[in-house]
Amino acid sequence: MASNPMYQFNVYRIGPEIKLGSVDISFTNASLFMVISSLAILIIFNLGAKKKTLIPDKLQLLSELSYSFVAKMISDTAGSKAKPYFSFIFSLFMFVLFCNMFGMIPYAFTVTSHIIVTFVLAAFIFVGVTIIGFIKHGLGYLKLFVPSGVPMVLLPLIVVIEIISYLSRPISLSVRLFANMMAGHTMMKVFGGFVISLGIVGGWLPLSFSVALTGLEILVAFLQAYVFAILTCIYLNDALNLHH
Amino acid sequence: MLKKIVILLFITCIACFNTVFAAESGGMPQLNPEFWISQIFWLIITFGILFIVLTKVILPKISDNLETRKSQILENIEIADRQKEESQKKIDEYEKIILDSKVKAKNYFNDAREKILDDINKKRTALEKDLDEEIGGVEKELSDLKNKSGEKINKIAAETSAELIKELIGEEVNSSSIAAIVEDQSKINKERKDV
Repeated sequence: MASNPMYQFNVYRIGPEIKLGSVDISFTNASLFMVISSLAILIIFNLGAKKKTLIPDKLQLLSELSYSFVAKMISDTAGSKAKPYFSFIFSLFMFVLFCNMFGMIPYAFTVTSHIIVTFVLAAFIFVGVTIIGFIKHGLGYLKLFVPSGVPMVLLPLIVVIEIISYLSRPISLSVRLFANMMAGHTMMKVFGGFVISLGIVGGWLPLSFSVALTGLEILVAFLQAYVFAILTCIYLNDALNLHH
Repeated sequence: MLKKIVILLFITCIACFNTVFAAESGGMPQLNPEFWISQIFWLIITFGILFIVLTKVILPKISDNLETRKSQILENIEIADRQKEESQKKIDEYEKIILDSKVKAKNYFNDAREKILDDINKKRTALEKDLDEEIGGVEKELSDLKNKSGEKINKIAAETSAELIKELIGEEVNSSSIAAIVEDQSKINKERKDV
């Protein structure tokens, strides 16, 4: 079944079966890549933060540039009120980015290509943002669903639409990331399969496609992590600065 | 060539359909809930640890680094500015000192010159005065001498002629008449000399 393009998304157990009560929480290949991504982030940024030189070396520069990149992203989209949530958005961005990027290594598993992972992240963000909104504004947060300057006739319709769009946020956020990663990896696998099936004569076309797709996928891997983080910032902005 | 490409594309399409159908028969592993709980569990653990370590240990260090660098750079710029100001002040001071000393030197020079000129003038006037006095004295003496000499000569001449007359005639002649005669004679002599 190795030629099946969906085979790469299979989750399988590594090591013994671990059960918590009746729930299976075994260590799988997905868990392995989560651990690898987290460890990579921690190691790289720890090394980058270790030295305190005036002129940074490469790793220090990398970590400091990432720090200021995320800080700028947050302050641009959510303003200065979002500063306490910096470390969460930084971890989120780095986690998604590293999972996406590790997925680009051949035979590696892409954690973010699983809807359940992205959905848990998105749902956590959704719930968190909603709680923050209600804490900051009380019931006034419900004004988010009532845009100003809308004629009274249209108001019920608009409110319904706003509520639906608000509630669909976690779904759109999670599906966007998951679908992008799955589609990209499937496509690469399909074109990789063509290289084999068309052989030495016709295999060059899909091979070149595959090469181009790899570049595109690396771009998408970064872009989707960025989009995920920036949408989180935008939702946070809605909760912190009630504009409507 | 075109034919070849068309055939290639056709084959590609068939292969594509085959693989897609094969995929459909396998289904999406993402929708298989067998390992969902495990994935959620490990996601929470790994992401949680990542979040905690980043928040508590790594990010403060990075922000500290950035802050210290920023403050250090600002400090250095401030120090550089201060030093620049100081050096400018010193340059100004130096120029002022040089200007002052130049003016002072000029003043000294002028003072000295004036003093010397004054001295010279004073000495010259004193000298001239002395000279004038001396010349006046000498001239007066000379004129005195000139005036007196005539009288003296006349006197001597009168006395001598009185003596001579006494010797010659053994008689005292009135001295005043003799003096008158001598005077007349000397006047005549003088006129003769002048002619």
